[in-house]
Amino acid sequence: MGLLDRLDNPYDTGGIVLGTLEDILNWGRSKSDWYLHFGLACCAIEFMSMNASHFDFMRFGIIPRATPRQADFIMITGTVTLKMAERIKLLWEQMAEPKYCISVGSCANSGGPYWQYGYHVLKGVDRIIPVHVYVPGCPPRPEAMEEGMMKLQSLIDQQAIFRKRKKLAEEEELLQIKQR
Amino acid sequence: MEVEDIYIKLKEKFGEAIIDLVNNPPSDPFINVSPEKLFDICLELRDNPEFDFDYLMCLSGLDYVDNLQVVYHIYSMKKKHKIVLKVTVPKENPKVPSIERIWRSADWHEREAYDLFGIIFEGHHNLIRILLPYDWEGYPLRKDYKEPEFYHGIRVPY
Repeated sequence: MGLLDRLDNPYDTGGIVLGTLEDILNWGRSKSDWYLHFGLACCAIEFMSMNASHFDFMRFGIIPRATPRQADFIMITGTVTLKMAERIKLLWEQMAEPKYCISVGSCANSGGPYWQYGYHVLKGVDRIIPVHVYVPGCPPRPEAMEEGMMKLQSLIDQQAIFRKRKKLAEEEELLQIKQR
Repeated sequence: MEVEDIYIKLKEKFGEAIIDLVNNPPSDPFINVSPEKLFDICLELRDNPEFDFDYLMCLSGLDYVDNLQVVYHIYSMKKKHKIVLKVTVPKENPKVPSIERIWRSADWHEREAYDLFGIIFEGHHNLIRILLPYDWEGYPLRKDYKEPEFYHGIRVPY
């Protein structure tokens, strides 16, 4: 418990943590995500155990919200039908920026078992809204959803808040170097 | 009461409207019925104390390429007997009398058969789509159904 020791004895051990404002803001953001749960099929059943005491989703600092206005990210868990797709798009548009999306399960990722004859199924929720993290599985185990959540947290941690253009330029430069 | 007895009794009363009895075990024996008299036959099955069928277990639609078929599984809670009725209609004019007024459970079943097979149940009080969006075109469980390219600007095929 290095950090906590430091806080208990601020003068003995230094008591100062150095970091950029951006890192601290992102740290706070990634550890207190509120989510809008869009449960559609068996993935949502798996998600119930995720929320219960065994897997305890709330230890990630997550609180379920009933309205898109208060949510930081939306979890699409299950088969997205065309009828529901329009509702999902509406909810996504109602969410405040910055917003993220986790697509859970094969159906939400790509249509899953309905990819060929599912005349009523949207073949991947990324056709209507941007998806940040895909969790594969049919349905995914709760551990997989935890992994997805940690992926989203690390994604938020690395996001640029200030000097976005500069960071983007740097990233592009890095990409170009890698491609060479 | 056995299916044969029910068949004979119905045949006495309705004559030509009762087409035949098919009994190949292990599948359930069923009676083919003409659509014109279906409502009266069902009413007789429910209200005659000898039959006393008080429970419609299932109502399903089928597509036989040229024809559409509706299958009724009917059960009697008191007499513990069961019967299967089948009605066949041509695909160009798929009209079957609604039995929603006899067994209320037929209400949503008939709407579903209408939604997915396009079978028109005459006399149903609210025959609208139940599962698909109201503006959906075509009847998806028919064998000649082609899936749409776009739905409200969203691409449908994989």
